Amino acid sequence: MLPLKSKDLLGIEHLGVDEINLILDTAESFIEVSERNIKKVPTLRGKTIINFFYEPSTRTRISFEIAAKRLSADAINFSTSTSSVSKGETLIDTVRNLEAMHSDVIVIRHSIPGAAQFIGSRLKSRIINAGDGAHEHPTQALLDMLTIRQRLNTLQNITVLIVGDISHSRVARSDIFGFLKMGAKVILCGPPTFIPVEIEKLGVEVEFNLEKAIPRADVIMMLRIQVERQFSMLIPSLREYAKFFCLTPERMKLARPGALVMHPGPINRGVELDPRVADGPYSIILDQVTNGVAVRMALLFLLAGRPGADGNPAPL
Amino acid sequence: MAQPKRDHIIMNEREIRETLIGFVSQIQSDYPDPGSVAVVGIQTGGAHLARRLVSMIRDRTGFEPDLGILDITLYRDDIALEKNQPIIRQTHIPFKVSGKVIVLVDDVLYTGRTVRAALDAIIDFGRPRAIRLAVVIDRGLREFPIRPDYIGRSISTQSRQTVRVELTEEGKPRDRVIISMED
Repeated sequence: MLPLKSKDLLGIEHLGVDEINLILDTAESFIEVSERNIKKVPTLRGKTIINFFYEPSTRTRISFEIAAKRLSADAINFSTSTSSVSKGETLIDTVRNLEAMHSDVIVIRHSIPGAAQFIGSRLKSRIINAGDGAHEHPTQALLDMLTIRQRLNTLQNITVLIVGDISHSRVARSDIFGFLKMGAKVILCGPPTFIPVEIEKLGVEVEFNLEKAIPRADVIMMLRIQVERQFSMLIPSLREYAKFFCLTPERMKLARPGALVMHPGPINRGVELDPRVADGPYSIILDQVTNGVAVRMALLFLLAGRPGADGNPAPL
Repeated sequence: MAQPKRDHIIMNEREIRETLIGFVSQIQSDYPDPGSVAVVGIQTGGAHLARRLVSMIRDRTGFEPDLGILDITLYRDDIALEKNQPIIRQTHIPFKVSGKVIVLVDDVLYTGRTVRAALDAIIDFGRPRAIRLAVVIDRGLREFPIRPDYIGRSISTQSRQTVRVELTEEGKPRDRVIISMED
């Protein structure tokens, strides 16, 4: 089997189908480790993994930290508020300092698209993009693909409906790239102000009416309305948005039997997702979270456990 | 100059079957209560052999001992030296390891590094009463102080030779053990 081609995981857009399959298969084998009494294997002993979050995060940061620790790596977390970033240190200076302390992997979340690529091209450390602005959030897409594959056995020819603010969503972008590569059909839904013009050119379908889209979907992926990102002029109000695009039990009656409801979290209950659906039988939202750890273990293993992109063995 | 490799069959179907029957008898005489024993196979050859041993013990005693499958990739000491991407296969230990006698099964015993990794992996699941090692072929050339308890055949080899156990479970037409010679 060939290793991943790039030293970094920056996005789904440039991954091959073989690489996605390698990551998902590896992740599947890691699920078992988290179910043991002693949830730890020695694989990445002595590796240093730094979680560097310029934006708030619960799931992703903790998931990466747990993944690193279950592989026996040393995980260090820091965020901008408690670091010299608040004194004005630049991104490249900060990460060069991390590398000077012999980091093996830097997991970065940043509000600027391309931040992960920017540092990845300047450092020897492996970089994992944990979300860069509205660009990509590849580990979320991978855990989404793993969760669907677990339930439906395949991604080929299934129909995934993604509902919400597609324009500002890095999750949507990574998901669209991933699902299309794996042979799924993708339908996007949301108010026209949330759907980028000409997005159909990626190979997706756009449907503005949620009731028409739901019956066609095997998977319904509800995106979070990013209330903190101030684009209130794009929708009249959250209440109006909910009226047309909230996934309610009434709307779920239109869904296929066995349709799966997903959400990348955190949920705005009552805005994009009715609590009765979020906690209902169709929901596999917590499976997504569980699988997130396995996917991140797989990536840390595949990137940190491997020889460098230059072909030289990784330091032992 | 190296000649093309020549294959020699050193064990056939019948000899492999007799080896496994011998293992069952020895395990039974060492541990008369099959409930105290669990058979754990190392992926992938050892896993097939462990499945066979479990069903043979069931046929003989009427009691099916616990079966476990172990992938030792996460415990290897040479992952960073590998050129190819190692594939992580399934690990499945669906029983309580603590207090059990674990019969660890592999097809070929060579440097002992795989068994070292397997010991670490099993211990991560609990504290077994004992771990015993069963191998179809012991080809020598050990690098670690590891010794099998149940052996099909011991042969002396050189490191440039390869020894492989082919099993029908892997789609081979028949079971056999092959040594590839460079002469």
